[in-house]
Amino acid sequence: MSAAPLRVCVSCDASALALGAERTAQALAAEAQRRGIAIELVRTGSRGMLWLEPLVEVEAGIGDSRLGIRTAYGPVRAADVPSLFDAGVFTSPVAGEGAAHALRLGAVEELDWFKRQQRLCFARVGVTDPLSVADYVAHGGFRGLRKALDMAPAAIVQTVIDSGLRGRGGAAFPTGIKWKTVLEAARSSQSPISNPESRPSKYIVCNADEGDSGTFSDRMLMEGDPLCLVEGMAIAGLAVGATQGYIYLRSEYPHARRALDAAIAAAYAAGWLGADIGGSGKRFELEVRLGAGAYICGEETALLDSLEGKRGQVRFKPPLPALKGLFGRPTVVNNVISLASVPLILERGAAFYRDYGTGRSRGTLPIQLAGNLKRTGLVELAFGVTLRELLYDYGGGSLSGRPLRAVQVGGPLGAYLPASQFDTVLDYEAFAAIGAMLGHGGVVAFDDTVDMAEQARYAMEFCAAESCGKCTPCRIGSTRGVEVLERIRAGIEREKNFALLEDLCETMRFGSLCALGGLTPDPVRSALAHFPEDFGGRA
Amino acid sequence: MKPLPARSGAAPSPALPADQAQAVQRAIAEHAARPGALLPLLHAVQDALGHVPPAALPVIAQALNLTRAEVHGVVSFYHHFRSTPPGRHVLRLCRAEACQARGARALEAHARRTLGIDFHQTTADGALTLEPVYCLGNCGCGPSLLLDADELHANVTADAFDALVGRLREEAGA
Repeated sequence: MSAAPLRVCVSCDASALALGAERTAQALAAEAQRRGIAIELVRTGSRGMLWLEPLVEVEAGIGDSRLGIRTAYGPVRAADVPSLFDAGVFTSPVAGEGAAHALRLGAVEELDWFKRQQRLCFARVGVTDPLSVADYVAHGGFRGLRKALDMAPAAIVQTVIDSGLRGRGGAAFPTGIKWKTVLEAARSSQSPISNPESRPSKYIVCNADEGDSGTFSDRMLMEGDPLCLVEGMAIAGLAVGATQGYIYLRSEYPHARRALDAAIAAAYAAGWLGADIGGSGKRFELEVRLGAGAYICGEETALLDSLEGKRGQVRFKPPLPALKGLFGRPTVVNNVISLASVPLILERGAAFYRDYGTGRSRGTLPIQLAGNLKRTGLVELAFGVTLRELLYDYGGGSLSGRPLRAVQVGGPLGAYLPASQFDTVLDYEAFAAIGAMLGHGGVVAFDDTVDMAEQARYAMEFCAAESCGKCTPCRIGSTRGVEVLERIRAGIEREKNFALLEDLCETMRFGSLCALGGLTPDPVRSALAHFPEDFGGRA
Repeated sequence: MKPLPARSGAAPSPALPADQAQAVQRAIAEHAARPGALLPLLHAVQDALGHVPPAALPVIAQALNLTRAEVHGVVSFYHHFRSTPPGRHVLRLCRAEACQARGARALEAHARRTLGIDFHQTTADGALTLEPVYCLGNCGCGPSLLLDADELHANVTADAFDALVGRLREEAGA
């Protein structure tokens, strides 16, 4: 009997592929074949250490027994592959135990960057084969759903309330409270559509329109552990009495689309979706719908209109989507990370999750380090870490070697923070207290070559490009904002234009229908407040 | 050829070539019955034809019992849908903040200059269309570029951009 082939893991995450993981994987397969060495190439998600991609992890084994220990090498370019074979990485007595090589990193879990993290939501990402139900189950998958199947809907909702989980999309609304509203929403009386009988009475909608620059945790989760999202949505369905789910995915994420479609098909085939989930007799159907390049569709009511086949325009609230959402029915709209946090909360209990975090920010946040940093990627940590630790301890300071000057947290609508605010703790309330926003956990760093007046102008330009056009402050205000900032930069009637800009920001903040127009003033005003010298000084 | 079905009162529109009409009919057959069918249907048309021909709008409108204005309103709202065919390849350059922090502004200027076109335009030889995109989720290793449907590029320098463009033109010439 021949020994089981050695397991070799290479990421199929979109960023890893962009960094050459596919070429590395192909080189590994070709070189193994050329040398007559059997390897089992497993395509996983990414561990989130982007500066080490393409990362190759080799699982130690003697004969046909696997030891469960993986040794990582990285970044491994295709050209490095023969030297890994030469060093005996795949053939030493305990294959994969870590033959010496210049690219050898050791076990990922022991790397300083990795071991200080609290990976709850991302525990399986980079470890398992994202499309394998068997692998998912072997790593704790569907335990939360199993528990939920034996619970009353109200008990599931209460568990999520007790966990303290707040919406990870950015608004940080308590997830369990939203679920409770949908659970208690009357099933009838909410149907303005012509043929109500043909449609489910409630919906679960996953907001996977991750449009904020500097954020990619939804993408990494969907590509690296899509079944976790499937499980979270099925639990949400049980909790509120919904039998149909939609994942509204942005069209800019083709890799996530393929992963989700394949994972959903695998979940159906294994009986975890469909008319009889987990043999319980309960139903939950799920499909992916693609957006079409409109940032505003990340706003939940615009997303619902888009799902209904319309222009993605923001709706007036009330009514809340929880009462009158998709096709007029009570609808849960949650972010990917919110939903993917739920299986563990059900499995381990509310207290387990709530014990992480600080103040009213409970649990963990997958933080995305982006922009001008040496070590970018995904760090999952309990709330309470400071921005400075993230930028320097994890991020390693600027990529360019120049001083970090400004950091934008929370996407294009987030405030720009100067170095004097780098000690702010990651916590929803602490950020709100300095007029900033944690949002979806994206951290974008800029070095001292950044022109903050240009960043302010860009914020207005972005709002103008992406406004849905429904309300005037956002639609017109953003265009006027670009003009006013251009005049200020050109030195035209500066005093008058500063006053006009302030007035315009007030109008947008208080007069806009949603956060796009309402928060665009934040990056503009913070840039002006903290970096006045870039605007030619402000009198 | 049988005239295309048009909603009564709709302005006349140029006829859809037979192959395009077929693709539109296939998309309608596959998607029209789904709830919220319009976006999936438009995606199917654009995936098949590279764009959504204006002459397809009355056909789609009739199939979904919508007005032509409603369908036009949706097509024109979303940046992803285009009403004219793109070049042989579409380059989507990320313009968002995280890529800006890693040099995207300079890359954008380089791309416009060397291709001699602005965003939303196609080179004279029909080889390349340049489109802006606001985030590809590759924010840790920008500047980012998406080539056609799913070929993502990281850390795109001016040299890397030129090499990619050279490769695409060479493939087309070969």
